[in-house]
Amino acid sequence: MNRIFAILLTIIAALCANAASARVTIDITQGNVDPMPIAAPDFLGVDDSTTSLGRDITSVLMNDLERSGLFQVIDQRAYIEKPEGVNVRPRFADWRIINAQVLIVGDVVELPDGRMQVSTRIWDVYSDEQVGAVAFKTPADNWRRAAHKVADFVYKTLTGEAGYFDTRVVFVHETGPKEKRVKRLMIMDQDGANPVPLTDGLNYQVLTPRFSPTQQQITYMALFDNRPGQVFLFNIETGEQEQLGTFRGMTFAPRFSPDGRQVIMSMERNGNSDVFKMDLATRRLTRLTDHPAIDVSPTMSPDGRRFAFASDRGGSQQIYTMTADGSDQRRITFGEGRYQTPVWSPRGDLIAFTRQYKGRFYIGVIRPDGTGERLLTESYLDEGPTWSPNGRVLMYYRQTPTRRDGTGGNSALWSVDLTGRNQRRVRTPADASDPAWSPLLP
Amino acid sequence: MTNFIKIAGVFVSLVLLSACTTGGNVGVDPNAGIDTTQTAGPVGAIPGSQQDLEENAGHRVFFAYNQYTLTPQAQSTLARQAAWLQEYPEARILLSGNCDERGTREYNLALGARRAEAARSYLASLGVDRARITTVSYGKERPIDPRSTEEAWSLNRNSTTTIKSVGS
Repeated sequence: MNRIFAILLTIIAALCANAASARVTIDITQGNVDPMPIAAPDFLGVDDSTTSLGRDITSVLMNDLERSGLFQVIDQRAYIEKPEGVNVRPRFADWRIINAQVLIVGDVVELPDGRMQVSTRIWDVYSDEQVGAVAFKTPADNWRRAAHKVADFVYKTLTGEAGYFDTRVVFVHETGPKEKRVKRLMIMDQDGANPVPLTDGLNYQVLTPRFSPTQQQITYMALFDNRPGQVFLFNIETGEQEQLGTFRGMTFAPRFSPDGRQVIMSMERNGNSDVFKMDLATRRLTRLTDHPAIDVSPTMSPDGRRFAFASDRGGSQQIYTMTADGSDQRRITFGEGRYQTPVWSPRGDLIAFTRQYKGRFYIGVIRPDGTGERLLTESYLDEGPTWSPNGRVLMYYRQTPTRRDGTGGNSALWSVDLTGRNQRRVRTPADASDPAWSPLLP
Repeated sequence: MTNFIKIAGVFVSLVLLSACTTGGNVGVDPNAGIDTTQTAGPVGAIPGSQQDLEENAGHRVFFAYNQYTLTPQAQSTLARQAAWLQEYPEARILLSGNCDERGTREYNLALGARRAEAARSYLASLGVDRARITTVSYGKERPIDPRSTEEAWSLNRNSTTTIKSVGS
C-alpha cells in the first residue's frame, strides 16, 4: 500500500512547450456536443518489456479519455502511419485521412536506475503543430498511475482544466443478504483498478465515507449493533481508525471542510438532528443549526463561507444554505418531491443533490443561488453524488429493486458528466455504494 | 459392500440434514439436537424474556411513509409494552428505529432516530422511566423484509423493542 503513496511520479520537463495561438481545444463548459476524434497508437518501447508496458499504458490512457465522454478514440486498426519515435514529426496527412483531430504519440524508456520514463507528445493534426509535451519518471510497477497522469495532461492540454484521472475512490463494498448486509470500506483507482479493502466489516457497517480534500484521510459513519452510530476518522496510510469524540446521541453524515481541518456533520440528541462542526485539532464542537426539524447532510462551499444542508423545516426535505456561523438562512430548492444529500462542487459553481419525486430518484445539480436546476440521472434509486476534483463529473450509486423472489436489489457505482448524456457503470469487485472521490493525487 | 453402506449412511444423513434446514428451525432453535418429541406439556415463553414481550405485548410498532407519528395501533402496542415493563421493573430495553428504502441513507438515519424517540416518549408518558430505555437508529440498513414492495416497506418502517437486560 505504502508504495502507492510514496509519490513516484515527477514531471521532468515540458519537452518543448509551444504556446500556439490557434490550437485545438474542447470547451467543456458548453455541455459537450460531439466527442473529439483522437488517435493514440501504442506507446513505443525499445524491447519486449517496454513495448508491453507501452501497450498497457496506452490502453489505460484510451479508457480514461473515452470514458470522459469528451473524446472518441479512433480504432487503432484504422491508423495508416506507424509512428517511428516520440521525437519524430508525424505525417499529418495520414492522420487527417482517418479524421483524427489530435494525435498522441509516446514512448517508454528504461532508465539506468531501473525506473522508466514515459514521454508523450500531443499533436494538433489540422495545424500540424505540437500542442503539448510531457514526460514522467516512475517505477515500472507504477505504470497505471503514469498512464493516468498522461490522461490528465491530455485533458488539461485540450480543455484548459485540470483532469481527474489520477485519483482514487473510496466506497462501501457490500456482501451478504440485505437484512444482514456486510459493509466494508474499500479503495480503488478511479477506473476501478486496484481495489483494496480498508476495514473488515466485522464489528460495524461502514456508511457514507468521504475523502479529505487535503490529506490521505477519510471520515465515515460506523453503524454498530445496539448503540448509536458514530463518526470515525480513518488514516489511509497508517490504517489507524479513531472515533471522532464520544457522544450520547448518534453522529452521522460527516464531511470535511475544504481545508481539511474540520468535519461538518449531523448529531442527533433525543431524536432531533442538527448540524455541527468539529475542529479536528482542538476537537471543539460548534453548533450550526438549532431547529426542531431534521437537519442533515451538511456540505461546505469551497471558499468556506457557507454550508448547504437538507432540512424538513419547511415540511418536506429541501436544501438550504447558511453562512459558516449559522446565520443568513436561504432555501434554494422549491421543486416538488424531496431534495437531499447536497454536495458543493469543488469549483463552487454548483451543488449536486439527490431528488425524490413520484417514486423515482434523481441525481441533479443546481446553482448555489437556487437557479438552473438540472436533473442528470433517474432510476428506482440513485443516491449520494460525489464530485470529481475538477467539478465536471459526478459519481453516485444506483440500487435496483429487490424482486418478490428476493433476487435483484443490487447496488453499483455509476458516473455521469454534467451533460447527463455520458452515464457509465464503474466496475467494482462486488456490490458497491456511497462512493467518495479523492482529490488529484500529488 | 461396507463401503457402500458407509456411503449410503452419509447420503441418508445428508438427506436428513437438508430436510432439517428446509424446515427452517434448526438455525435458531436453542433446543436443536435435543429430542424434542420427549418433552411433555406445553412450552411457553420464559416470563420477562424477549419472547414473552413479543408474544404478550408485541415488540414492533409501524409507521406511515416518511412519518414518525404513532398510529393508534402503535400506541396500543406501546401501552401493552408499558404494562409489561411495569411487571418487570428490572428490564431495560433498546428501541431501534428503522426505515424503508425509499429515502436517502442519511435522512433515514435521522428519521429512524425520530421513530425510536417517538416510541420512547410515549412509553415515558405512560410511566416508564426514560433511564430504562436507550434508542438507536438503523436508518434503512436493517430491513426485516428485503423486497421492494409496499408490503415490505410498511414492515420495514418500525420501532423495534429489544430487552437489553432483565434483573434477576
